[in-house]
Amino acid sequence: MIPGPFDYHRPASVSDAIKLLTDLGDDARPLAGGHSLLPMMKLRLATPAHLIDLHGIAGLKGIRRDGDRIVIGAMTTQAELLASTEIGANLPILHETALLIADPQVRYRGTLGGNVANGDPGNDMPALMLALDASYRLEGPNGAREVAAREFYQGAYFTALEPGEILTGMSIPVPPVGHGYAYEKLKRKVGDYATAAAAVVLTMAGGKVASCVIALTNLHETPLLATDAANAVIGTALDDAALKAAANAARAIMQPASDARGPAEYRIHVGGIMVMRALQRAASRSK
Amino acid sequence: MPKTHITMKVNGSEVEGLAEPRTLLVHFLREQAQLTGTHIGCETSHCGACTIDIDGMSVKSCTMLAVQANGCEITTIEGMANADGTLSPLQEGFRMMHGLQCGFCTPGMILRAHRLLRENPSPTEAEIRAGISGNICRCTGYQNIVKAIQYAAAKINGVEFQEAAE
Repeated sequence: MIPGPFDYHRPASVSDAIKLLTDLGDDARPLAGGHSLLPMMKLRLATPAHLIDLHGIAGLKGIRRDGDRIVIGAMTTQAELLASTEIGANLPILHETALLIADPQVRYRGTLGGNVANGDPGNDMPALMLALDASYRLEGPNGAREVAAREFYQGAYFTALEPGEILTGMSIPVPPVGHGYAYEKLKRKVGDYATAAAAVVLTMAGGKVASCVIALTNLHETPLLATDAANAVIGTALDDAALKAAANAARAIMQPASDARGPAEYRIHVGGIMVMRALQRAASRSK
Repeated sequence: MPKTHITMKVNGSEVEGLAEPRTLLVHFLREQAQLTGTHIGCETSHCGACTIDIDGMSVKSCTMLAVQANGCEITTIEGMANADGTLSPLQEGFRMMHGLQCGFCTPGMILRAHRLLRENPSPTEAEIRAGISGNICRCTGYQNIVKAIQYAAAKINGVEFQEAAE
């Protein structure tokens, strides 16, 4: 299995990459870690005439603190997230989730930017970006703009990226100290995409949920923010009734496809269970 | 498509050749560098038979373009033996513990274990199993593969290997 022919470009700067993407138009695709795109090209499901390899752009790497936010370059790999003490201390849900993505070899190459920009409903990181209220930096021929992750996903593989634009980084507000978090992912085997998964970030006060955000992976053609589900637990002590109410509210917005991971009814059923488990584990971790 | 001239250091030696942009690294290593120890298994980034070590990372060489490895430093199974030709601790471990059956997955397993032990010289059994989760053996289980890696870790750390009671 060898990809179809294409021209390879390795720009040294974001502006060169944007110029290439703009000049070459629809026939060009940016290449990040390549672990989604290259397999698609080998299967001839993707046949770009030009690949714009972003690996030569040093400025797209790195993790830095910027006031009360953490800014992560798009070409930062999952392995680099796992190795980062900044991420481990401040955004532990990214650490937990990166460990559930594929396998070690893929994590050395796979990038956070590629994971969130691809628009694949099966990717894990977009739900976290929704839950954490991240914003994405998009740079294109008309300059740079910030788009909220919650506004970015418009359909399967369909995002707010305009022609010629590249996602260059993610900016994530640091959640409060002592917050609880969990990413519960049901998958068939190591390395698989989620059958259903739920991300939860919450805070507790006096034994009750003070704030809560829930986001869902692979239960719709885009990642979902489950606002009603989160509201169903705020002010409760996460008793059985509250957990069930949250699961039911989350299930009401799920519209997964029936696929090899199970029929839609099953995926909705286990999706609700992932919500309940993530809520309980997040609460158990909150301080 | 025009071919690009690329050079890389493989197992300490300069390797150069021409590659189309679409040439996968695994094909370049096998066909241009004539190093056929790196195996082609699933071709879909799942099985890990094509795992090599590149600039300090374990990478599935079926999911990387040869042009992307231009200027990189690579270790393949052919570069794993000691300088005097004797087996390295991992190779010895796979032999002593019979960490193979048909052997097809073995080069990828050894290269992945090589990087795992560099990053974590004394892994627990669970860490070994997680560490090789991107490498699939279709002959049998992973029991002896895990033992082989434990053997190598003990040897590298200069401690006596003790097989866990069954």
